[in-house]
Amino acid sequence: MLDFKARFHAGRFELDCAFTTDPGVTALFGRSGAGKSTVLGLIAGLVRPAEGRIVVDGRVLYDSKAAIDVPAHRRRVGYVFQDSRLLPHLTVRQNLLYGRFFSRPRNGYSRLSLESIVELLGVGHLLERRPGSLSGGERQRVAIGRALLSQPALLLLDEPLASLDAPRKAEILYYIERLRDEVKIPIVYVSHSIEEVVRLADTVVLLSEGRVVESGPLAQMASRMELRGYLGRFEGGAVIEAHVAEQDLASGLARLDFAGGSLYAPDVDALVGERVRVRIRARDVSLATERPHAISMLNVIPGTVAEVGDAVGASVDVRVDSAGTSLLARITRKSVADLGLAPGRPVFALVKAVAIDRHSVGYA
Amino acid sequence: MLSLTPAETQALLLSLKVAFWSVAASLPFAVALAWLLSRRRFPGKSLLDAVVHLPLVLPPVVVGYFLLLLFGRRGPIGAFLEEYLGITFAFSWTGAALACAVMGLPLLVRAVRQSLDAVDRGLEAAAATLGASPAWVFASVTLPLILPGILTGMLLSFARSLGEFGATITFVSNIPGETQTLPLAIYAFTQVPGGDAQALRLCILSILLSLGALMASEMLVRRATARAAGHDA
Repeated sequence: MLDFKARFHAGRFELDCAFTTDPGVTALFGRSGAGKSTVLGLIAGLVRPAEGRIVVDGRVLYDSKAAIDVPAHRRRVGYVFQDSRLLPHLTVRQNLLYGRFFSRPRNGYSRLSLESIVELLGVGHLLERRPGSLSGGERQRVAIGRALLSQPALLLLDEPLASLDAPRKAEILYYIERLRDEVKIPIVYVSHSIEEVVRLADTVVLLSEGRVVESGPLAQMASRMELRGYLGRFEGGAVIEAHVAEQDLASGLARLDFAGGSLYAPDVDALVGERVRVRIRARDVSLATERPHAISMLNVIPGTVAEVGDAVGASVDVRVDSAGTSLLARITRKSVADLGLAPGRPVFALVKAVAIDRHSVGYA
Repeated sequence: MLSLTPAETQALLLSLKVAFWSVAASLPFAVALAWLLSRRRFPGKSLLDAVVHLPLVLPPVVVGYFLLLLFGRRGPIGAFLEEYLGITFAFSWTGAALACAVMGLPLLVRAVRQSLDAVDRGLEAAAATLGASPAWVFASVTLPLILPGILTGMLLSFARSLGEFGATITFVSNIPGETQTLPLAIYAFTQVPGGDAQALRLCILSILLSLGALMASEMLVRRATARAAGHDA
């Protein structure tokens, strides 16, 4: 889908990156200053690399060797900026239609209509207003719609939630999920929030100091322990793909089945049969060598210790394999020693159901 | 007091005509110069900047004299324009407009350049990613956003034209009905015995005209600023 390779430097900052992505959502993940936004600028043609080659969907946008440098306005790369960048002198409707004015319908792609985008993003009541009077969340929705209506071959989202408060974040996340599932446009999503990445991404590219540390499918990346340092102290965790087996209205709990067993989680916003993605933070998982009795934890998942990581201070991350699904548990060094945990040892992973909140569950 | 004599009307209308055309003709050049000075880096940029600003600090009579040398009948540019395009500046109202345009140019360029500097380049980049070519970005994003600056500059330059005296009288002389704008008419009246009352009438007229122009443009600028800031009109 996207084949990216570029070198770029500005002042002290140096970027030297290469990665390829599959269709679907690719998350560029890393701390601020890692070069995430620069990568987007290079793809969109707003920043010129020192050398490299950028190909989107088989179309060469930049190739230093072949002296190809398609100007930004002919790249057909939609860009949703962190700060929306709606044109202040135009109404919302004019903003939405701005890019469409320059785009020609392409073969094999049905042209998205203004009506369908307005409906998808819920901005119908804003059409005649000017950007100055919109809230942050409304602006981002309009910015996303505007980018989509320019018929891009690829959509770049640069921390679209960064400037929003929590309720607005949830609102936009919901719309981006719909986008991913209904419009089926390849998306490159820049974020430094693991929650967003887990909910949206299929592929993760982990950046640090202008370099690609690692890239791969989400579930595989999330449980990789050596990446822990890049993911942040409290952010380590595993992602489990499951489907909703039961919604018990009386208890408010959903039963989510996956290869290794079942998980109970409260307030899951999905119907029975739907596939979901659950992120379980390592610090919310305990380990036991025997099946515990008389315990409030609802989730007791059998498995075997696959890997014991390096100690960081008093704690250690232990990866447990449960019928092919990885779970991460962050426990103390003392517990590892006391329980004699080593690869191959059968254990039970314990997860409090209430530790899985609605921010941890997203549509797969 | 309220009714104007034919001669006064003539001077008033001529002043308005000269000011209008001086602003209209210098506007495209001013926007282009402002854009070059704001957005481009090239050798000789500070020299160009200085030359554009010269009329602001030079004695107007110097500007008028150079215009006479360059654009007069025998001047290199004046002769060329007269022969090939049939445009004459010498001793004609078009010359008065040219003198006013040159004198007003620094004010126009400054105002446009300042608003160009203030335009969020991110908006232009966003428009480019939506498929707008550089020319379209300028027409559909940059230009509307600098409109308040353009209006301010046009007002300043218009007001400057209404008051222009030195360069005009040096370049195209003081010919009633052709180059005698309001300030020149006032000057003429002060030079003849018993012309004081006439001169005063024209002075009051000048004040009213300038006040009117200022207030009208203030209103326009306010409206354009609100629009460019993205508020509902």
